[in-house]
Amino acid sequence: MKRRVLAFVRAVMRLAPRAGVFARGRVVAFGVLWRRSLQFKVTVSTLALSTAVGLVLGMVLQNQITQRLTDTKREAAIAQTLQVVRTAENELVGISDQDALADRLQNALKKITSSSSEDQGVAVSAAGAFEPVLTAGGEDSTDSAGPIGKVPEGLQRFVENNQVTWQIHTTTDADGARTTHLIIGAPVTSTGRPIQLYLLFPMTAEQNTVQTVQNTLLVGGLVLLVLLAGIANLVTRQVVRPVRQAASAAARFAGGDLDERLPVTGEDDLSKLAVSYNEMAASIQHQIRQLEEFGTLQRRFTSDVSHELRTPLTTVRMAADVLHASREQFPAGLARSTELLVDELDRFEALLGDLLEISRLDAGVEELAAEVIDVTSIAQRAVEQVRVIAGTAGTEIQLELPPDETPAEIDARRVERILRNLLANAVDHSEGQPIRLTLAADEHAVAITVRDYGVGLRPGEADLVFNRFWRADPSRNRRTGGTGLGLAISHEDARLHGGQLEAWGAPGHGACFRLTLPRRQGEAFEESPLPLVPADAPVSNGHLQVGLPTEYTITIGEMPKEDA
Amino acid sequence: MKARVLVVDDDPALAEMLTIVLRGEGFDTAVVADGSRALPALRELKPDLVLLDLMLPGMNGIDVCKAIRAESGVPIVMLTAKSDTVDIVLGLESGADDYVVKPFKPKELVARVRARLRRTEAEPAETLTIGDLAIDVPGHEVTREGKAIPLTPLEFDLLVALARKPRQVFTREVLLEQVWGYRHAADTRLVNVHVQRLRSKVEKDPEHPEVVLTVRGVGYKAGPP
Repeated sequence: MKRRVLAFVRAVMRLAPRAGVFARGRVVAFGVLWRRSLQFKVTVSTLALSTAVGLVLGMVLQNQITQRLTDTKREAAIAQTLQVVRTAENELVGISDQDALADRLQNALKKITSSSSEDQGVAVSAAGAFEPVLTAGGEDSTDSAGPIGKVPEGLQRFVENNQVTWQIHTTTDADGARTTHLIIGAPVTSTGRPIQLYLLFPMTAEQNTVQTVQNTLLVGGLVLLVLLAGIANLVTRQVVRPVRQAASAAARFAGGDLDERLPVTGEDDLSKLAVSYNEMAASIQHQIRQLEEFGTLQRRFTSDVSHELRTPLTTVRMAADVLHASREQFPAGLARSTELLVDELDRFEALLGDLLEISRLDAGVEELAAEVIDVTSIAQRAVEQVRVIAGTAGTEIQLELPPDETPAEIDARRVERILRNLLANAVDHSEGQPIRLTLAADEHAVAITVRDYGVGLRPGEADLVFNRFWRADPSRNRRTGGTGLGLAISHEDARLHGGQLEAWGAPGHGACFRLTLPRRQGEAFEESPLPLVPADAPVSNGHLQVGLPTEYTITIGEMPKEDA
Repeated sequence: MKARVLVVDDDPALAEMLTIVLRGEGFDTAVVADGSRALPALRELKPDLVLLDLMLPGMNGIDVCKAIRAESGVPIVMLTAKSDTVDIVLGLESGADDYVVKPFKPKELVARVRARLRRTEAEPAETLTIGDLAIDVPGHEVTREGKAIPLTPLEFDLLVALARKPRQVFTREVLLEQVWGYRHAADTRLVNVHVQRLRSKVEKDPEHPEVVLTVRGVGYKAGPP
């Protein structure tokens, strides 16, 4: 036995977590449905509330019916009892003798029974059939006639005190059948010794009636609930369906289908919603169309300006070059003027080119012509192009490249332009100190840093270097004749790749620009393979200047100075 | 004999300036201001090269380019004010051999023009094979099983460059230098577009090239004979 209990406990222990998981799963599913579906929510709420109301109503109703039935029965039964008491009084006049008591009681009982009807010990009256009991209140069974065992003692005590009393009592027969009786007890007063009369009215009929009512209520209630749930479901669907339609229409609208509208039927609130929604959609569509038109116009304008400006510029440029080619034949002033003309035309051209480039980037019409290509060779090419101006500035360009090819999916033209800009910018600010270009890659990203040891950037300037036409020091002479847009364009170019261009600088310690590009387009990288702040950066006064909005000035407490 | 250049440009100042520069470099020039008159001028003058401005009144530069290419293999250099990829690719696809973006320097333009005219110089007798094609280099003829395939001089040069070194893989930059005569790599789109155009003429199935093969990430090479 013990073993079986243990086995059972073990089985329960084993199943409990699984049942728990199942139950939790169900609860979660319910929760999800509850949150997502208004229809489900309304249906369940209706069902729950109507169940509660139905339950209360059913209970009250059942109580009322039972009460009424019992009352009617009791009144009839009491009337019957009083009548029987009179019969018993007549029968039992002058009784006192102990010997005759049992017989007399039996006789009286017979009389009572026969006066109402026939049958052994059972009488029929207006209050229904009953079983009479007469008792003298003694312990002995001879003191009573009829099934005194069915009469509870509590009731007997009341009746012995000369009170007409009733009680509903359930007894169990020898064969186990349970019967509920309404028992009326009344004292028979005409006799010498106290005799009590009890009439036992079986409540079977009433119980049946109550049972039937109960069943009817239960079945009716259930059917009503199901119907209510169905109705609630239907009604909510009427409301929810257009709402869902509106939601999906709005989603399609947001997805770019600007012609998406809601069907308007009738004049109810939902159609009002549809009308308002459609008006809103039309207004938004109008705005978007207008913006698109502006965008197209802007693009057209840029393109037209480009063409209209470039054609005369070409003529001027060619004329200037023809003059420049024969400048030796000119007097000194004229020759110098030609040189200036050509130089400034170069600047003008560069500026025009950069302006058009940045306006195209702003208009978002630039597209990335990305292909898998070796970044190392691009870096080398960019360095080759800058070497001439670096040579005139007396700046050496050092390269730190990985030994292998570094293929990445990039737009070669743009990356080369970024690197050219960074290198030219570094040459401009290098003060004759060497420049170092470092390339490194990991699985997700390629990083290139361009480090110079020139004047560096003052605190806060690292955020400004990518601003258009921003110059660190306007008084400084420029070797490369930068347009002031180079870094801004580079920043945009890097962003077009899904990459980053960041700057770091410390006054007197030079600057470092870091370009980080994802190796495959559309893939994100988490961190750059190269640090933005170079290893040889100063840690002076515990202040470390770091650039760009993504990184902040870090203040470190007293730190031991590194021997670099 | 002076090489003759036909300038098709609507801007009189630029056209005149182009004339001055080209004459200064020893070319013979003729100017047409209207796109629709470019074709008659071409037939009449038989120029060695056409300088074509893409933005023209009367007839779109692209259409003029196509019309010229339909009749003649004469080298075409576009003058374009747009550096937008689409416009350049469109120009190249419609038959131009090279392009110069405004504003350009006279030297740059002259270098391009000379590079395009270079091919008229005599070459040693040579017959090459590439894929299932036979190339008669001095005769400027490409044949497949005896049938001639008409190519423009530039397409011919491209094919010859690949065929001369059948095992070598050419990067786009090397091809630019060898075929177009660019010193510094400029625009590899030129190569891409011309390879497509060449393939459309010489390949049996341009989707599955057998003559000009792509080496992914590097460039192109000749197909095995």
